[in-house]
Amino acid sequence: MRVNFTVNGRRQEADDVWEGESLLYVLRERLGLPGSKNACEQGECGSCTVRLDGVPVCSCLVAAGQVEGCEVVTVEGLADFARQRDAERGSCGTGACGTSLQDARLWSAKGTDSQTGEGTELAPIQQAFIDAGAVQCGFCTPGLLVAADELLERNAEPSDADIREALSGNLCRCTGYEKILDAVRLAAARQERQEEAV
Amino acid sequence: MALNPRAATAPAGTPTNISQGSQTKGGIGESTLRPDGTLKVTGEFAYSSDMWHEDMLWGHTLRSTVAHAEIRSIDISEAVAMPGVYAVLTYDDLPTEVKNYGLEIQDTPVLAHGKVRHHGEPVALVAADHPETARRAAAKIKIDYAELPVITDEASATAPDAILVHEGRDDHHIGHVPHPNIVHRQPIVRGNADEAARRADVIVKGEYTFGMQDQAFLGPESGLAVPSEDGGVELYVATQWLHSDLRQIAPVLGLPEDKVRMTLSGVGGAFGGREDLSMQIHGCLLALHTGKPVKIVYNRFESFFGHVHRHPAKLYYEHGATKDGKLTHMKCRIVLDGGAYASASPAVVGNASSLSVGPYVLDDVDIEAIALYTNNPPCGAMRGFGAVQACFAYEAQMDKLAAELGMDPVEFRQLNAMEQGTIMPTGQPVDSPAPVAELLRRVKSRPLPPERQWETTEGADVRALPGGLSNTTHGEGVVRGVGYAVGIKNVGFSEGFDDYSTARVRMEVIAGEPVVTVHTAMAEVGQGGVTVHAQIARTELGVAQVTIQPADTQVGSAGSTSASRQTYVTGGAVKNSCEAVRERVLEIGRRRFGSYHPAWATAELLLEGGKVVTDGGEVLADLVDVLEGEAVDIELEWRHRPTEAFDLRTGQGNGHVQYSFAAHRAVVEVDTELGLVKVIELACAQDVGKSLNPLSVVGQIQGGTIQGLGVAVMEEIIVDPKTAKVRNPSFTDYLIPTILDTPTIPVDVLELADEHAPYGLRGIGEAPTLSSTPAVLAAIRNATGLELNRTPVRPEHLTGT
Repeated sequence: MRVNFTVNGRRQEADDVWEGESLLYVLRERLGLPGSKNACEQGECGSCTVRLDGVPVCSCLVAAGQVEGCEVVTVEGLADFARQRDAERGSCGTGACGTSLQDARLWSAKGTDSQTGEGTELAPIQQAFIDAGAVQCGFCTPGLLVAADELLERNAEPSDADIREALSGNLCRCTGYEKILDAVRLAAARQERQEEAV
Repeated sequence: MALNPRAATAPAGTPTNISQGSQTKGGIGESTLRPDGTLKVTGEFAYSSDMWHEDMLWGHTLRSTVAHAEIRSIDISEAVAMPGVYAVLTYDDLPTEVKNYGLEIQDTPVLAHGKVRHHGEPVALVAADHPETARRAAAKIKIDYAELPVITDEASATAPDAILVHEGRDDHHIGHVPHPNIVHRQPIVRGNADEAARRADVIVKGEYTFGMQDQAFLGPESGLAVPSEDGGVELYVATQWLHSDLRQIAPVLGLPEDKVRMTLSGVGGAFGGREDLSMQIHGCLLALHTGKPVKIVYNRFESFFGHVHRHPAKLYYEHGATKDGKLTHMKCRIVLDGGAYASASPAVVGNASSLSVGPYVLDDVDIEAIALYTNNPPCGAMRGFGAVQACFAYEAQMDKLAAELGMDPVEFRQLNAMEQGTIMPTGQPVDSPAPVAELLRRVKSRPLPPERQWETTEGADVRALPGGLSNTTHGEGVVRGVGYAVGIKNVGFSEGFDDYSTARVRMEVIAGEPVVTVHTAMAEVGQGGVTVHAQIARTELGVAQVTIQPADTQVGSAGSTSASRQTYVTGGAVKNSCEAVRERVLEIGRRRFGSYHPAWATAELLLEGGKVVTDGGEVLADLVDVLEGEAVDIELEWRHRPTEAFDLRTGQGNGHVQYSFAAHRAVVEVDTELGLVKVIELACAQDVGKSLNPLSVVGQIQGGTIQGLGVAVMEEIIVDPKTAKVRNPSFTDYLIPTILDTPTIPVDVLELADEHAPYGLRGIGEAPTLSSTPAVLAAIRNATGLELNRTPVRPEHLTGT
């Protein structure tokens, strides 16, 4: 079957999709977006978390056919997604004030200017994960970022209990979670400062 | 060669003093951020399961559904006939006479032949154009098994008429083991435990059971094998040691090692579970057979069968102490279940025995550790490697002794704590700082978290109670307990292993900037080695821009990313090669500019801030000018000081390189009605010798701490004792801690330099997994008064149901 949907603001068309394929498989193997991770493929670890029409879901549990006509945001589109949201809110979370909805929709995956990706514009939560040391092997990171970004979108000042609850569906085997908590607290604090400044 | 006019004048002109903050930024001791961080947060970092190649096929492994059986026949005809299937391979298709592999003993078949010895053993391989096609084709393969009785424990393994898991063993351990179903045995006898026991005022005995833990790294076993034009193969794979894989892969494929070119792809965690091969040979076989690139990605179910686990263990301990609290003697017997294949079992036995007394002074000991061959899942390396199981038992014993003597458990430990100069049971002196008493003091002196934090003015905040939102307590049966533990872990490969690493370091000028390139075969598995190597290069060579080359087999071996050794050994190799590069650069400088300034010949020279400076801070030249068009490129091996094998009868020998120490204090709340445990806080103090990257150090300690918590209260691979089948190979049933199960983890880092190690550093990754488990157990015992001699603790153990 053919599936038409929007990924990170861009129309996508996947052909010859087998009925049993998951959204995760289509993203990773058909659209060349391997950022969403395949750690358990049974909805237990959260590594493949994406936004489906705004709602965080495990993309491994979503049948590809279910996303017909939907909007999907993956970790690859998180920075532009955050920028677009900030533009709509009139704040400037990433320092890229004034990005229009139109611009955000024209997003496409782009190369980085070095092996380390320096110079890449990141969403605040992405930068916070790097700064707080919340990335070790990094396999759980994409899913955690999507989930944490969604938390901060609906709750700008989450308590530790709120953070733990929001991220309880995302397993991490390396960090012991302390630095992930730090990262979310850091992103929330930076967001608050930005909003005060605007 | 014309001199750069700027360089020609600078050394001869007024010296520039750059001593104010001249250290190159991003050197050791700083919390430099990961060079791969940006790629990892944007989803662009290529993990082994993300590899893609045009015209690529998907490989799949068919695994045994029974634990022990003779294979009467394998019928692949239906599978081969399926559209989209390119290859179906069995043992008969292996290209050479080498059909087994293994880390130490080559007892593991690439594909089962004649017999399967454990549930999930690979039997056949399929390559197809879609992963689902490959899975469906594998399901069409018909195997006729004649089941055999299963060997699952010491009694069934060592019975006189026991079936041998491996008939006709000819490995080098067979001569000294009491039964062919014992992989390896290491006794350690020192002093006279029987005689010393007579001095004891109290004697405590205990029998402890340690469950089978899984590494449960998140990135599944995966890789891409691409056939090359010269008949060789390129393999992109997640592993802990490229060269060890290569040594095992090439003979099976019948290829010389230089025709198997391996590149490390992104590794999603390892923790010991990637020391053994998983899909490496299988992927290469399918690629060479079909002539097409083949990708294999295990799903989570298969991952539980695709790697070895932590050895489950039975531990029998006896300790004595005098009434003033001094340990008199210790006797122990540690039985590790190695499962169907040897993997790292011999080395795990060496560790379990030599570290079985813990960080205590004990002159009279009688120790025996063995690993069994059984039909249970194979066990091998996991973070803590044999020391974890022992620590769980000896720390429980310490609490029992303290209780018998009416002493404070921490004071009792401190009274017996080893220190620098203490002799290990192997006769080896501990010749670097061993701050065991101090680590305990630090965790004990930390203020306790407030009690009953879940009580609010409106009632109980059930989120903070054991079980959280999904359970029904409002705090009625909740009691608190506090427990302590401390542990000792060896660093690096022991027992005479030639434990070396290789680093290639290049310095050149690119676009007007001095640039250093570091190339090693070190597997970055998340630990942050890539960060630390750049920090070392900056520190040694004073160059801001450092590029870390991808790890591959084009450079010499780096050894394994395990045993807490990589920063020590490959870090040491990078330092060593950098020092050689520095010497060469200074030679070039002397040759070019020596006549301009006497300091070139007379002063101690350093590289800092992209310049050659004297130890007084005087700038002699820019590196750009020294190097000009030249590149300095040096590859060197580096070894830590040698170790020796333990004597097979007495266990004596200087077997270990270095030790690392960590202590924990656990604070728990236990719901005694529901049998649920909530760990409130798990404080750790660890000596790291020198903290090369404080942010990463704390991350390692916290991560290790939580793996210890996991095995204390939830993690266990459950193997049916009747069939030896794994019952819970999924993240639904094998539970690892979530962020809701995890407490705050305050970390106290000591830096007491080990003069034998590069920068004085101490391997850090494993020690925190040791003491966290017994600390949590001690806290639960403290809360409930129950004896609890097994891990993990399950609700039924707490409620008696």
